[in-house]
Amino acid sequence: MANKGKTEIDRERCKGCHLCVRACPTKVLAPDDSPNSWGYYPAKAANPDKCIACGNCYLVCPDVAITVYKL
Amino acid sequence: MAEEKRLMKGNEAIGEAAIRAGCRAYFGYPITPQNELTAYMAKNMLDKKRTFIQAESEVSAINMVFGAAATGARAMTSSSSPGMSLKQEGISYLCGADLPSVLVNVARSGPGLGGISPGQGDYFQSTRGGGHGDYYHIVLAPKSVQESADLTYEAFDLADKWRMPVLILADGLIGQMMEGVVLPPVRDLASLPKKPWAAGNRSGGGAASVEAAHVTSCRLVPQELETMVRARYARYDEIKKAESRYEEVDVADADLILVGYGTSARVALGAVEMARKLGLKLGLFRPISLWPFPSERLAELAAKGKRFLAVEMSMGQMVDDVRLAVAGSAGAGKADVQFYGRCGGVIPSEEEVLDAARKILGK
Amino acid sequence: MELMYGHPKSLKPIQTKYCPGCGHGVIHRLVCEVIDELGVQDRSVIMNPVGCSIWADLYFDFDSVQVPHGRTPAGATGVKRMLPDHLVVCYQGDGDLAAIGTAEIIHAANRGEKFTGIFVNNAIYGMTGGQMAPTTLVGQKATTAPYGRDPIEAGMGYPIRVCELLATLGGTKYLARGAVNNAANVRKTKQYIKKAFEAQMRGEGFGLVEILSPCPTNWQMGAGESVDWLEQNMIPFYALGEVKNTLGDVAAKEAGK
Repeated sequence: MANKGKTEIDRERCKGCHLCVRACPTKVLAPDDSPNSWGYYPAKAANPDKCIACGNCYLVCPDVAITVYKL
Repeated sequence: MAEEKRLMKGNEAIGEAAIRAGCRAYFGYPITPQNELTAYMAKNMLDKKRTFIQAESEVSAINMVFGAAATGARAMTSSSSPGMSLKQEGISYLCGADLPSVLVNVARSGPGLGGISPGQGDYFQSTRGGGHGDYYHIVLAPKSVQESADLTYEAFDLADKWRMPVLILADGLIGQMMEGVVLPPVRDLASLPKKPWAAGNRSGGGAASVEAAHVTSCRLVPQELETMVRARYARYDEIKKAESRYEEVDVADADLILVGYGTSARVALGAVEMARKLGLKLGLFRPISLWPFPSERLAELAAKGKRFLAVEMSMGQMVDDVRLAVAGSAGAGKADVQFYGRCGGVIPSEEEVLDAARKILGK
Repeated sequence: MELMYGHPKSLKPIQTKYCPGCGHGVIHRLVCEVIDELGVQDRSVIMNPVGCSIWADLYFDFDSVQVPHGRTPAGATGVKRMLPDHLVVCYQGDGDLAAIGTAEIIHAANRGEKFTGIFVNNAIYGMTGGQMAPTTLVGQKATTAPYGRDPIEAGMGYPIRVCELLATLGGTKYLARGAVNNAANVRKTKQYIKKAFEAQMRGEGFGLVEILSPCPTNWQMGAGESVDWLEQNMIPFYALGEVKNTLGDVAAKEAGK
């Protein structure tokens, strides 16, 4: 049975590169449609229930904007 | 305790003095005429289990000094004129990061590959901040093997005190000749000053800082860089007051004062002595610190109406500083400064210097 | 709720100046994760030279020494010889290490200096706006190779494989090449960094980890496109894996005593 996980995204650290969106195997993440104060469109957890705490998003994020928890 | 007096080559006396001063790291590269210094450090630093590296170039050597100095260690490099050109970037960085270190230039003749015989054509490079940017550092010019040892020993203390490189500007004659020298006492390494600003202080419950140390010369905000440079120049003003040095011989009644440093000063002294025997009143003013240049004293002498003949093993570099010094004196514009020089590795003789002086005196 | 992946302690929690999608961010994080795991934050020194890595002293929360361009391994030699119990990390880009600093890296590696090189290979010059690097691929465009790197007609030379070059030297013990284009490669790269740092703390050297890294801005691509380009073009030329590993000599000798 797969883990269940949760991501927390620091919107102000995120630069909207969306590498995490590509890296997520279960399509949890997607670009947000509201920008942060820098003008970047951060990632957001669009489908949080699908998170399996694999950490791929954290691994590829260049800005350490994501924290991953196991529920 | 009996003083040790030894007959030593200049290059080796410099090395021994550095070791006694607590030099922990020496990085060098072979170049004539200072190879005996590198070889002396190789043997003696390895014997004492201190760091010796023959680097891949003079560029690398000055950067190894930078790294070692960044940890607060007493570090040194030596070279000769073309190798000193290679080090100019590193020297600019050392000054920009306020790092203490000792540099030795056993100067030869240039420009370019030039020759291996002694010269004084590196004066501008040494005293004008030969690399890029606004900076100066202390430059000391010995005239003998004894003075080479004394000034090298003291250079480490001056470097630590003022947080800058200190350059010993010798020449190939001084480096190669052998004279008697009384060596300075061995410093206890535990007595060396602590450097709370240095990298490597955070671990093992070590001294002051728990904040990380960032050793850098980089300030990309213009106002911040200007502030940093101006603060450094305020320190230079203090150095000018505290570290200006010179030697005078027979200047009080002199009709003409010869001005020279290092080997030129020894030749000029010979000319002064010959002159006095002939009833001609020559004197000698020998700057020992080339930066800070002993301008105040020269200005005083100019105000007394003295005339000057700069004697150099170059086409005329120190003479500019003599002219600048006397321009500010009470007799502004009236002081007569002339120049006599040989270059290419030729060392002037006492006779030819005396001839030049006699032409000026009309005697 | 159990924290699985969080912000390393030795990395400052501030936004970086690096471009969106830049590999430096991931590499900085990996270095800090390993330093945290080894517990050596208070005895680490980063050598940050010239290039985008000039910023590194803003983000690593430990001692730093900023050195002239290319002279990083020489400066690191001075630091490590004076602080042998510290973890000294040379953080260099491809211009710093393989162009202006070629002599310094070869000789430091050959002397077996005990610091660790982190070599960020993005096949271009980043900070100065996209000029050709020693690692730029044949045909790859750059501002100083506007028609693509051309070794034949224009005499622009060939890309240099640094790990393989250094492997011939007697003083090198651990040379590995990783990449940060996807999660699996990021995990492997971290293992290489950890091996190299552990070796340094044991007193073994010279070690270097080369890391293929995207530069979206100067490759003139988006972040996603850049990691694809890296995978399709750089990895076939710059093979991933441990290029040289002769670690353990010291450990083996100790065990045999």
